[in-house]
Amino acid sequence: MTNAEYSRQSFWRQYIFSVDHKVIGLQYGLTALSFLLLGFMLMVLMRWQLAFPGEVIPWLTFVVIFILLGLAIVFLAGKKRPYLALNSLIFFGIAALIWYFTTGEERLPGGIMLPEFYNQLGTMHGTIMVFLGVVPLAVGAFGNYILPLQIGAPDMAFPRMNMVSYWVYFIGGVLMIISFFLPGGAAQSGWTSYSPLADINTGQTMWLVAMLFVIISSLLGAINFIVTTVQLRVEGMTWFRLPFFVWTQLITAFLLLLAFPSLQIGAIMQLLDRVAGSSFFIPAGIIQGGKVLEYSGGGNPLLWQHLFWFLAHPEVYVLILPAIGIITEVVTNNTRKPLWGYPAMVYSLFFIGFMSFLVYAHHMFITGMGTAVTTWFQTTTLIISIPSIIFLAVIVFTLWGGSIRFTTPMLFALAWVPMFGIGGLTGLPLGLAPPDIHLHDTYYVIGHFHYIVAPGSIIAFFAGIYYWFPKICGKKLNDNLGKVHFWGTIIGMNLTFAPMLVQGMAGVSRRLYDGGLGYDHAQPVLFLNEWMTWGAWIIGIFQIFFILNIVLTLRKKSRSEENPWDATTLEWATTSPPIAHGNFITEPFVYHGPYEYNVSVNGQNVPYLPQHKKMDIED
Amino acid sequence: MNNLEKPSSTNHNNRYIIIGVSLLILTILTVWTSYFTATVGVSIAIALAIATLKGSLVASFFMHLITEKKLILVILFFTVIFLFALIFLPFSDTMNNVGIPNDY
Amino acid sequence: MEIPFTVSERPDTGLTNPKFGIWLFLASEVMLFGSLFSSYIILRTGSLDWPVQSDELNITIGAINTAILIASSLTMVLSWTALKEKQFKRFKLFIGLTILFAVLFLVLKIWLEYIPKIHHGHILSTNTFFAMYYLMTGLHALHILGGVVVMIFFWGPGSKMWQTNPDQFVNRIEVVGLYWHFVDLVWIFLFPTLYLL
Repeated sequence: MTNAEYSRQSFWRQYIFSVDHKVIGLQYGLTALSFLLLGFMLMVLMRWQLAFPGEVIPWLTFVVIFILLGLAIVFLAGKKRPYLALNSLIFFGIAALIWYFTTGEERLPGGIMLPEFYNQLGTMHGTIMVFLGVVPLAVGAFGNYILPLQIGAPDMAFPRMNMVSYWVYFIGGVLMIISFFLPGGAAQSGWTSYSPLADINTGQTMWLVAMLFVIISSLLGAINFIVTTVQLRVEGMTWFRLPFFVWTQLITAFLLLLAFPSLQIGAIMQLLDRVAGSSFFIPAGIIQGGKVLEYSGGGNPLLWQHLFWFLAHPEVYVLILPAIGIITEVVTNNTRKPLWGYPAMVYSLFFIGFMSFLVYAHHMFITGMGTAVTTWFQTTTLIISIPSIIFLAVIVFTLWGGSIRFTTPMLFALAWVPMFGIGGLTGLPLGLAPPDIHLHDTYYVIGHFHYIVAPGSIIAFFAGIYYWFPKICGKKLNDNLGKVHFWGTIIGMNLTFAPMLVQGMAGVSRRLYDGGLGYDHAQPVLFLNEWMTWGAWIIGIFQIFFILNIVLTLRKKSRSEENPWDATTLEWATTSPPIAHGNFITEPFVYHGPYEYNVSVNGQNVPYLPQHKKMDIED
Repeated sequence: MNNLEKPSSTNHNNRYIIIGVSLLILTILTVWTSYFTATVGVSIAIALAIATLKGSLVASFFMHLITEKKLILVILFFTVIFLFALIFLPFSDTMNNVGIPNDY
Repeated sequence: MEIPFTVSERPDTGLTNPKFGIWLFLASEVMLFGSLFSSYIILRTGSLDWPVQSDELNITIGAINTAILIASSLTMVLSWTALKEKQFKRFKLFIGLTILFAVLFLVLKIWLEYIPKIHHGHILSTNTFFAMYYLMTGLHALHILGGVVVMIFFWGPGSKMWQTNPDQFVNRIEVVGLYWHFVDLVWIFLFPTLYLL
């Protein structure tokens, strides 16, 4: 297809059912960010209940805030940018959903949350954040948009399959939202959907069906990413000249490819238990509400846990590895130094990917597994902490002695380092079986993984968005708004998640509708519930700066230069945004590694040496 | 161009037919040996061994793994390792509870 | 804009994109069916009243189906070699036979196994053995069905590509073949597990 033919395609082919990885990446990005916002709001509702149990939720305030945000977007976008204005629908939609929650007797009757609804919120918060928010953003958005550019490819290896991946994910997401409107509401058995509860509880069937779509989307995407990375690297782009971001996407794709099938099978089995009356996970003689249920029995609830966690542990590496990739790009670029230990990073990546399949049952220490099995998983879990330490160490060594530019993306990247450190370190007592007996299923676990995902992955995604925004849109986001966004987010996140570690150590269980109110041992730390709720609101309010920054930047006319960060990697070797068809005007040839900052060429210092530029200083 | 071969692939066709016939014979063998129930362990071992042999023939010759590129072989190697993890790690847990009634 | 290595092989890996892609897909399928086998082991070893499988299942039909699938695997690979020898009619013959064998497999399975069992009252909810039997063979049968649909396409309208782009067509048939052999391979393990042990 020539460029002329390409631009004569219909609106639907160019923007809706596009096979261009850049369009698909943006589709994933917008959808994922919307789901992150939705998942966040579900949690805001929960946090009200936890801080002020049994009190009327200010749902109207939340609805009004979202309507105002939507109107602001419409107003700011104006007639000049109608498609930008359309994004207000996301906000109106969330406002409508919150309002819907207050209708009927099953959710927020009189504005007061029912326990069943609390469970729905908790389950869907986790599900939406992990499967519809973080992974699609990390892999579907960042991966799709940036990876082909960084290897010099014209597109993904299978562009049509790429398009299918997005729409299958989209369907899965829509089904998840629809589940709120079904009789009985959404799934309410935790994102971990343990049997036998999930086999017989309401709301789970649609969750399982939606997951089947999400998993298929991931599998197709994983195949695409691997083939693309291996086969479509441009000439000169040898393995050890790849930007580290590409390596993280490659390993992540393998994790998705080989781990998701076990959850696919588990989900099908749980679905059959629910609709066909099978007993894959139902033990004999199971009783609900005093009645013996009509099941043949003979199933094993722990089988669900094994199948689930065989995926879900590699899944958490899927959540963090792309983030580490993004951080590496931003840090090297803003330290103006090569990465300190590139081979160490790559080999650690292989190692963590491999080990991630062997550690999963550290999520099951208290299921009565027996000492030999427990010892295996405990040992492998401690071993798998080593590569993460190497990642952090390499990044710190890279920073050492560099000329650090405190750009907005760099602020997020710098904050990421200690935050991920806290997240990782708090994992150690969980990975050891004896302390895990005390900490399992407490708020300590929630604090641990939120530190990794929120001030971990999400902070990294913010860094990536600020960093690559000029690449995608040809304009830099406003720095002042960015810095405000940064400080509010970091402070809010720490205020929200640090107290969880304290509550957990005091023994407060997770998934409690009343936040520990009914337990003696929780009384001394109950006050932290309010702090955490304030923290959540702080996070929320400061995202407004981010949203407005994007809208204001998109609507302005002036453009930044094509490589405003003076970066070396290939995505900066083309226009911003890259040309629609084939990305590069002429196919680049790669002459050196990805992080040649402040290198000496023929005795002279070169501030940065793009990968596609030959090592002559007369250029 | 690089996919078409000289017509001496009648050798290849013969090879495929031989493999096919071997697979059929091995199928008969599998069924036949299943009637001699030694201990459970031995039956499983024999059935698994024959199945593995048959599978290897299909993979090596029909799927051309025997001449396949290194990258594919490496990926499959690790896949098999993870497959073993998937089969043996959960079993190493549940086998401790074999024989314990799964009821209330 | 052409995606490189869609039809030709990349020099350092020696692979085309579709061939690499199908092997990756098959790797995930190994994990998919592997999860089923893992679950089977756990459920069976954990069970106190697992039925004698050879009493519930017809070994003869199972064995015949095994033979049918092996034959179909052979005809599949022969259809590919036919294309490589530029024998288009032979290709159509052999892929047609593959389709017939596959359909025969499904007919035997549904007509002589599933339907009688359902009439007998042996369904998914009967006991865990039947649940696993239906799930494992059912998922496998769905894979056969998927393969049949694709093969019919390449026997029919898809075969026009032989005129326009023969190299790509040969590659596509090879990719279909790899998928098909894998489906056969799964059955090679399914049959003894469910019928003989």
